Amino acid sequence: MFNLPEKFEEFSEARRNGFMKAKELKESGGRLAGVFCTYTPLEIFDAANVIPVSLCGMSDETIPAAEVNLPKNLCPLIKSSYGYAVSDKCPYTYFSDIIVGETTCDGKKKMYEMLSELKDTYILHLPQGIDRPYAKDMWKQEIILLKEKLEEKFGIKISDDDVRIAVKNRNKERQIKIRLFEMNKSIPAKSKYLNLHKIVDSLNFSFNRLDDLKKIEETLDEIDREYSKGLRPVSEKDKRILITGCPISGVLDKTIGEIERNGGVVVVMDNCNGIKAAKNMIDENSPDIYEAIANRYMNIACAVMTPNTNRFTQLRELVSEYKVDGVIDVILQSCHPFDVEKYKISKLCKEINVPYLSIETDYSNTDVGQLSTRIQAFIEML
Amino acid sequence: MYIGIDIGSTNAKIACIDRDENIKILLMKKTGFNSKITAKSLLLDAKKKFDESDNIIVATGYGRVSVDFANKTVTEISCHAKGACKIFDKDNLVIIDIGGQDTKIIDVENKTVKDFIMNDKCSAGTGRFLDVMSKTMELTIDEMCKIAEFGGGVKISSLCTVFAESEVISLIGRSEKKENIANAIVMSIVDKVATQTKRIDYKNKTVCLTGGLSEINFIKNALCESLNTDVLADSTGKFAGSIGAALYAKELEAKNEKFT
Ligand code: SF4
Ligand code: SF4
Repeated sequence: MFNLPEKFEEFSEARRNGFMKAKELKESGGRLAGVFCTYTPLEIFDAANVIPVSLCGMSDETIPAAEVNLPKNLCPLIKSSYGYAVSDKCPYTYFSDIIVGETTCDGKKKMYEMLSELKDTYILHLPQGIDRPYAKDMWKQEIILLKEKLEEKFGIKISDDDVRIAVKNRNKERQIKIRLFEMNKSIPAKSKYLNLHKIVDSLNFSFNRLDDLKKIEETLDEIDREYSKGLRPVSEKDKRILITGCPISGVLDKTIGEIERNGGVVVVMDNCNGIKAAKNMIDENSPDIYEAIANRYMNIACAVMTPNTNRFTQLRELVSEYKVDGVIDVILQSCHPFDVEKYKISKLCKEINVPYLSIETDYSNTDVGQLSTRIQAFIEML
Repeated sequence: MYIGIDIGSTNAKIACIDRDENIKILLMKKTGFNSKITAKSLLLDAKKKFDESDNIIVATGYGRVSVDFANKTVTEISCHAKGACKIFDKDNLVIIDIGGQDTKIIDVENKTVKDFIMNDKCSAGTGRFLDVMSKTMELTIDEMCKIAEFGGGVKISSLCTVFAESEVISLIGRSEKKENIANAIVMSIVDKVATQTKRIDYKNKTVCLTGGLSEINFIKNALCESLNTDVLADSTGKFAGSIGAALYAKELEAKNEKFT
């Protein structure tokens, strides 16, 4: 018997279940890399036989430890991530052979410098925008440097073929993720988004991607089957919400949860937990596989880029493709890139005539009541 | 009777309207520690004034969920919009509501909410700010706003209530005139609220002030000046939320979803 709710819970346990797997992996001589950002070219780790795990901090539990060394008014994601490392509270950080970050926002960049006191930390230099003719080539060179760093660190050789195989596998994975993200294109949506999120998030802590992807496909098949049998986990009346802005792993319940308990359903997210991380395939047959990888990653839309034109094009498309009733922009406190960019996002929403709400929040629970009122009022107004 | 109960952070209000949307009863009391008991006692007080057993109740305000005998809860934003349209007899409005805990600016078109802005977490720009500052000044809020009219020339630069308070204390220490400090305090809240309002396209719309501070003339006039437009206020303004909730109760019956 396929029990969907049980399956969803299983997926949400992935992070914790991975702790033991990480330990076993290390004991049997395996390699682990801690990563943070959607720009990280995962294919290189695959080709090096290194398992990448997400170290993105999502709990306020480690923030006090971080604030000993970091300023208070810093994005909670940065504080929490650093807190995990200094307080040894995250087994993944602990077991990571190497931590790989990028020059994205200023806070993160500087935090990585501090991480390097604790761990072998390697930073890729991300260009600031894609409108310069050399930007893509620069990123390609950076990806090659990462490859060389891994070769040197682990005493291995990574061939172009290794990389090409990795690209093929990651493309397949992206296809599956896109299938998952498109579930809620239908009207009414096929699933509460929180459940879809649990599934896709489990991949950030995967030690056996082939098996895990198979499980995901089976679950998606089941969602489709139930839907075609006429089961409707989401009411047709629920307002269709698009979430944009900062990564929200640390504030899931305050955002998605609150929306879906109050007459709304998230149909799509364009942020790092959502479709943005799966969009655009890498050209598997490109003669220069590094160039192909660089092209794909450089097109990711993020507020750390200037100008960040892709985010606006993408948002326009998603609003119409997913028949969105309202856009909610989630800003983590002190995140300047997204906080400043919200002005332009709200203007865009006005222009395409879709109601817009921005909420600012952090990892604590002190603002749950206020957020809830805002989200409810927004849904009442749609 | 259609009944709206608004449990705000400082005051709780009840409004009762009849079939023809005439406002029959308006009552207010301090919210206190237990919003559930406060809501019940407000209802009892109101019921002393009419004999009808068939009532529909909608609760709103930050304590709305504790009113467990309500037929439905609606957020204060939607209720304020509806209530203010009734009070000012308009379909299109920009409402500025300076509440105890939060300040809201609501853009209303055709009697429905089109957009709203609410202050973030902190209490700067809310009634709480005035409350804290007036205590430091050893005045009531009313007194402080009255003397503020005669002051000027001093500014408080900090947006945070805690820091602003120490600015006020150092002004007192420098024996700055009371009315100048009062002016700086009140103007800091007016400036903050005006900046928020400017994010909404309020030209060509009627701007109104509701909430506990709406009867303080100095605030109203300062807002008029800063926004360069007329700002309306009404003595029933502080009941906007509860009146709106009562109107929702009436709609509930029409939609026949009384018990959802
Ligand atoms: S929001 Fe931008 S910087 Fe942050 S993880 Fe995503 S892509 Fe990287
Ligand atoms: S949420 Fe904003 S401030 Fe935080 S790490 Fe991402 S880009 Fe930087």
